[in-house]
Amino acid sequence: MEPNASNPAPHTASSRPILRRGHTYGSVTEQISAVVLTRPTPRSWMVGFAIGFVLLMMLLVAVTYLFYRGVGIWGVRVPVAWGFAIVNFVWWIGIGHAGTLISAILLLFRQEWRTSINRFAEAMTLFAVACAGMFPLLHLGRPWVFYWLFPYPDTMRLWPQWRSPLVWDVFAVSTYATVSLMFWYVGLIPDAGSMRDRARHRFARIFYGILAMGWRGAATHWHRYKIAYLLLAGLATPLVLSVHSVVSMDFTIGIVPGWHTTIFPPYFVAGAIFSGFAMVMSLTIPVRKIYGLEDFFTIRHLDNMAKVLLATGMMVSYGYLMETFIAWYSNSPFEIFEVMNRAKGPYAFFFWMMIACNVLAPQVFWFRKARRNIPTLFIVSIVVNIGMWLERFVIVVVSLHRDFIPSAWRMYYPTFWDWATLFGSVGLFLTLMFLFIRLLPMISMFELREQVAEQVEKGEPKP
Amino acid sequence: MNLTTKPSLHGLLAEFESADSVLAAARSAYADGYRKMEAYSPFPVEGLDEAVGLHHSRLPLIVLMGGIAGGLTGFGMECFAAMYHYPINVGGRPLFSWPAFIPVTFELTVLFAAISAVLGMLALNGLPKPYHPLFNVERFVLHGHDRFFLCIEATDPKFDGEETKKFLERLLPKGVYEVEP
Repeated sequence: MEPNASNPAPHTASSRPILRRGHTYGSVTEQISAVVLTRPTPRSWMVGFAIGFVLLMMLLVAVTYLFYRGVGIWGVRVPVAWGFAIVNFVWWIGIGHAGTLISAILLLFRQEWRTSINRFAEAMTLFAVACAGMFPLLHLGRPWVFYWLFPYPDTMRLWPQWRSPLVWDVFAVSTYATVSLMFWYVGLIPDAGSMRDRARHRFARIFYGILAMGWRGAATHWHRYKIAYLLLAGLATPLVLSVHSVVSMDFTIGIVPGWHTTIFPPYFVAGAIFSGFAMVMSLTIPVRKIYGLEDFFTIRHLDNMAKVLLATGMMVSYGYLMETFIAWYSNSPFEIFEVMNRAKGPYAFFFWMMIACNVLAPQVFWFRKARRNIPTLFIVSIVVNIGMWLERFVIVVVSLHRDFIPSAWRMYYPTFWDWATLFGSVGLFLTLMFLFIRLLPMISMFELREQVAEQVEKGEPKP
Repeated sequence: MNLTTKPSLHGLLAEFESADSVLAAARSAYADGYRKMEAYSPFPVEGLDEAVGLHHSRLPLIVLMGGIAGGLTGFGMECFAAMYHYPINVGGRPLFSWPAFIPVTFELTVLFAAISAVLGMLALNGLPKPYHPLFNVERFVLHGHDRFFLCIEATDPKFDGEETKKFLERLLPKGVYEVEP
């Protein structure tokens, strides 16, 4: 037997580099900081930012009119009192989950491929949570007293109702937003130091200098920094699971058919990660092309993300299957009617679209060719984003519009202002995302330098 | 006493090109008896913290305390509000409905622990620090790029301008610079 034959080195996907070989500490720093500091702003950035900004202005108009007239400008009518606002809230907060998953859970599992995409995904989380957090407040009949949601020493001697999942949600989402912000910022401190020292313009030096807070890469600082980062990852991990579980409890506590099921928390978490990875993919594919970052956002990243999409898509499909099964198994006429109404009722088109987007579309990722084909990846990721929005629409609207007594049934039709707020929130997200790409290093430079050091250790040519 | 040891000097800074060389330099400086020193690197280098004499940090304890404080705050607040300050009788159900109090308790545990992790890390590291003498050395900006530095500070009892400089030069650095305070 040949000595090599017993131990063949399989050229699998995992042996592909997560960073193109031949990079040095200097070259990764240079290439990533140059996007912000020296390279001219690409035309496509201008176009993208302009689109985002116009949509953001539309959001401001929609919100101003909402505060002026009240929630009656939306299509919400009893029994469908939770319309687009809650659909959008759940959609956005779900998108956020992929960022935390990538930055925290994959860090704990030592999935090194996360390095190039974690900063980007965390920024996405932050902005998605910002979009999400807006909706419950807009949805309040009296948004100016939103602070009643928090426990504070008020003169009416009132307290929040601790037994209500809506109050849990306030704590879950605000904790999630705070922890995500801190995690992202802590990850940024050393890179802000590099940017401060590389920037030429006085204003840029001051800007990055303030962000870096005097970071100078001291060994003792790195020691505490790594501990803090690891602990934050450990703390953010249960958060990922808890936030969307709590969101799902907003539904499950209600006795509405289609909501009152125990599968909701895990099924919501899987759906959140599913939609979040789709969004990361939709964003990284154009960005790597425009900025020529194919060395860092490699085909292996896309391949891995496609696998995550496939896996979580299957979990979501299992959720759909179980919902249907349990409805039949419960023998409750209301539950059975609800399932039939989803599939054959007035909103059946959206249900079947949801099945096509979330169950069928990701199946192409069984094929290696599809996982490495950029147009396929991009199209499927967009389809999944739409599908997950439809899922929340089906859960919220279709369950509510025909519940128990037929005399109380009513159709829900979104108005112009519903759409304006939805697309406006997309505008807010895009604006923040484009500003982030323009102003901050979108890939963690110090973690890439660490990666270079590891490649050197593994016997790659010295940088 | 020679002129370089006057208190107007922060220390001596040696520049290295690789993680291995700065690690070896820090180790030999420690072995030579220097204690007040610090190494600087563009990314965390395994073992460099120990080489300059840091063995463990109080940070995990701070985070644990923060987490416990958060959990107690959350649970205590809920019990106080639901049982004493604003009790609501819902069909005779118990006021101490602790399972319903867990989500908020959990969230506040995580929140307080995370805040203690970040603030604790910054406080122990002495950040934010608007001014640091090292930035007077022009080459030092490369610490965030591709260079590694070792600084022996003037407050070290063994520090002596000439001797320490000679010592650092024996470690084959790229250069040795005096750091103005």
